[in-house]
Parts: sequence; C-alpha cells; structure tokens
Amino acid sequence: MSDEKLKTIAKELRILIIEMLSEASSGHPGGSLSTVDIMTVLWFHEMRRPNGDRFILSKGHAAPALYAALAKCGLINIEEIKTLRKLNSRLQGHPDRVRLPIVEASTGSLGQGLSVAQGIAMGTKMSGEKSRIYCVIGDGESQEGQIWETAMSAPKFKLSNLCVILDYNKGQIDGHVADVMPIEPVIEKWRAFGWHTIEIDGHDIRQIREAFGEARELQEKCSIKPVFILANTVKGKGVPFMENKIEWHGVAPTPEQAREAIAAIKGT
Amino acid sequence: MSSKKPTGKATRQAFGEAITRLGEKYPHIVVLDADLSKSTKSEIFAKKFPERFFEMGIAEANMIGTAAGLSFTGKLPFACSFGCFLTGRYDTIRLSVGYAQANVRLVGTHAGIGIGDDGYSQMGLEDISLMRSIPTMGVFQPMDARETELILEYLVKDWKGPAYLRLTRQNLPDLFPPGKDFCPCKLMQIHSHTGEISAVCIATGATVSEAVQAAQILSGRGIGISVWNAHSLKPFDDQSLLEIASHTKLLISIEDHSVIGGLGTCVAEALAKNARDFKPVRLVKLGVQDVFAESGSATELYEKFGISAASIARRIQHELGGMA
Repeated sequence: MSDEKLKTIAKELRILIIEMLSEASSGHPGGSLSTVDIMTVLWFHEMRRPNGDRFILSKGHAAPALYAALAKCGLINIEEIKTLRKLNSRLQGHPDRVRLPIVEASTGSLGQGLSVAQGIAMGTKMSGEKSRIYCVIGDGESQEGQIWETAMSAPKFKLSNLCVILDYNKGQIDGHVADVMPIEPVIEKWRAFGWHTIEIDGHDIRQIREAFGEARELQEKCSIKPVFILANTVKGKGVPFMENKIEWHGVAPTPEQAREAIAAIKGT
Repeated sequence: MSSKKPTGKATRQAFGEAITRLGEKYPHIVVLDADLSKSTKSEIFAKKFPERFFEMGIAEANMIGTAAGLSFTGKLPFACSFGCFLTGRYDTIRLSVGYAQANVRLVGTHAGIGIGDDGYSQMGLEDISLMRSIPTMGVFQPMDARETELILEYLVKDWKGPAYLRLTRQNLPDLFPPGKDFCPCKLMQIHSHTGEISAVCIATGATVSEAVQAAQILSGRGIGISVWNAHSLKPFDDQSLLEIASHTKLLISIEDHSVIGGLGTCVAEALAKNARDFKPVRLVKLGVQDVFAESGSATELYEKFGISAASIARRIQHELGGMA
C-alpha cells in the first residue's frame, strides 16, 4: 500500500478514535492519537495476518487506536466502536482477550503486555512459525520494572521475531516523563540490554515502514537480536488543541470539541 | 509435626518427578522457573527436556507474563517459584493470567511454616487466600506424593484456565490409600473411627498427616475423631462439607497457612451460606492466626503455631471439654 493511502487511513483512524471517545465520554485521546501512524503501518502494511503475525498493545489505555484499526480492517463492525466502555461491550476500556479474542493480551496494568508478547514470541518460535510479534509500549510504562525484566530476557532467548515499539510521546498523567521519572538515555539502555535499536519519527509513514522492514529483514537474515524501535511521537497528534497537552491524556472530548477535532484532522 | 520421620517425599519432589513423566506424553508442557529450579524441583524436567524449560532468572513477574504468552500459542506452561514470590507478583497473575484466562499452571512450593529455618520472608502463608480471590483460579494442595501425581494429571488432562498448585518443602508421609479412586475437587475421608465421632477435622496439605496422628492420639484416650482431606481449596466441595457438618457439633479446620482466606475460610463460607439448613456447628480454625511467622525448626513451629499432632489433640480435647 502506498504511503499516501496509509496517510489517508491514519486520518480515518484518528477520526474513529475521536468519535468513539466522544461517544464514550471517557478514555485516553493523547496516547491513542500518538500511536496512530505506527498502528496504521502495522495493520495496513506490515503485519501478515492471518499468517500468524501478532500484535500486543502493552500500553492498554491506547485501546481506542487498536479498536479503530480493527474496525477499519473489518475485524470488528464499524458500528461496534460506539459501544466502547459501555455495559456488555466487547470493547472494554482496556483490551480484553476473553471478550474480544482478536486482542492477543489483556492489558491495562502497565508493564505486563511485553512479557506476554515475549511468551508468544517464544511459543511461536518453538513451533517453528516464521511469524512476527509486535508490541507497542509507552514511555511512562517504561518506568515499570517488569519492562526491564523483559528487556533483559528477550535477548537471552534470541527473539528476533519480537519487535517492540516505544510510543515516545513524552507525556504521562502527572506531567512530562522527564519530570515524573526520566527514562533517558532510553535507546542506549535498550541497546545495552542487547537489542537492535532503531530511532524514527513515529509520525513519518515512510520511516515507520522502513523500520519495520529492517526488523523483518534482520529476522530473515537469522539475526538473534530482538528489535527495539524508538518512535518519537506527539501526544494528541493530529488534533492541534490536544497536541503536547498533558491534560488530554485521559479526558474525552465533548461533542463540540469532537466536531472541532474531526474538522482539524480532515483539514490537515 | 510428628517426631516420627516421614517416610514419604516432599510434594515438590513428587511434582518434579511427575511433571517430567507427563512431559514425555504431553509435548505441549513447558516449564519456567525463576532461579529456584533446584528448590522447586523443576530441574528434573529441565534436565530431561532442556528445550522446553525456560530459566527466567530472578524476575517472577516476567516469568508469569511469559507463561501467559506461551499458553496463547498452545503450550501448557508450568511457572514455578516459592508460593510467596509468585503471589508477590499478584497484579501480573491477576491480569495477564487470570483476567486473560491463560491456561497457566502456577506452582508455588515452600508452603507455610513447614519450611522452617528460612523464616517468614520465604513462607507462602497468604497464597491460598490471594489465589482464591481471582475469579476462575483453581487452587489445589496435595497431602502427599501420590496425591500430587493425581492432581497434576488432572491439571494436565482436564483443567482449563488458570490454576495454582501449592507444594511443600518438607517430606510428608504417604497417606493416599493405594488403589483408591481420585475424585477431583471432592473432600476425601482419610481417617475414620468406628465408635461415636466427637469432632471432625478438615485438613489440607502438610497438616493432613498431623490431623490423622492427632486422631490416633485421641482414639487412645477414647475420643473418636474423623479426618477429611481437602486437596481442592477452589473449587471447594461445599456439598460434602455440609453433609459432614450435619453429623457433628465440632469442626476443626487445620492448615499451614493464614486462617484468613484459606481452608478455614472455605469451611466458614460454606457453613454460612447454608446456615439455615442445619443445626449450628462450632468451627475452630487452626493455622497461622493473623500473625507473622518466624524462623525455627518445622517441628518447633508446628508446635508453637498449634498445628502439630500433639497440639491439635490438646486443642480438640480442650474444645470438647468446654462443650460438655
């Protein structure tokens, strides 16, 4: 798929996110919007499904971005996104693999999804599958000790089929990551733990596509290193009044704000 | 703990041997450990099936999450550590395993004060309580080596979803009657008395043999006691418990675990739920009484915390005296 087409899909996903958050009256726009371009390239270009490639959203609060991608792929009904966070919905506030089996891991308590992704990578590797496992983690999430437990273990198990993407939007609930609890120098840390690291602009479709291509090629060339992609992103990306605003971490837009946001996304 | 040296194995040893046997027949079994494979006895499996054993280092949360991921690819992972270190990563168990309905078997060894000298920090004393409160989590504790094999076979062949298996460090005498059928998740009478029954003991794990010896002591004093073994704390066999309770005035629950949330609580809940259906029965909960345990020999600790055969016998006699 062309980069232009992917950019159009990314816009559509952003609109779906705003629509579902507004309808739900709660949820996390900032960290959902920052992952959209990564999600777009993964779901509409990179991942070979149903041939076994799998996706784990470790930063579970970005669930609206995942649901938007699933809806756009036709894996859930587009109408279903209106049920987000509502009683009896499959679209729980954070991903739930029991209610919605297409979701690989139940996440929402930060730090855990990456361990699950590692287990899936180990299991598929044992079974001789050539599939790839993608896991999006957050920057605030990187303060969790469990992230570093997996950072340490995945190279030991030579999981070149595992690709971690850090959605580095620099913000978390209580403020800037650098103030709350600095994670820098983050790419050096992952490299020191034994990962192949790549740094990109997480909103540049071509850069994202090429990074995933590089990671896939490494696995095909029998590299033993798992891959860590540091994606520099903007919290609230695509909606000017939300961009880089911490206060949009976990507040849903009102219907009026949603209309303004959608107009802005369409206009870009 | 009896002064007689138990002839049987520790249930952790029985686990290590049995999981290795099962590993031959079931290639989807994989085992993970967090630098305690020599203690949990998962090393026996590791030696036989090195490609299906994952040494995760001292990082239990990562081990538990990884086990969940492995289960999503069709493996049957057994994640092993001391019980207290598994429950120390409760949030990972709760979400990645429990909520996700991962087909994972958590194996917690070094149950209770029976580990002795190492002291409170290494003792699984709240694990039954914590594991029971996770929806659908099965909680099992064998009383001897044979029952460990039977439960393990059940957990491999029949159980679906998450389960916790609680095992001892110390050796336990063989109690499971040879040739007897194993009825999963049901209470089993392990000691009976021909005459009048004055009290009924319900015990689990290492305390079953203590209860049986207490019953033998009391039998010599003309007091009839029956003893039941609860290998399944969840699901708990409410039905059999109520039947048992309807024939006695005094029930004694005995466990090497906190009396909050463990076997005693299972019994109390079953009784309370059905209180209007039968005459009142007195329940005495023996176990660790909402206090922190300590170092000492297992024998000394069982005596001090009131779950040795002698102290159980004394307590029952005392309770019966008070009721007369």
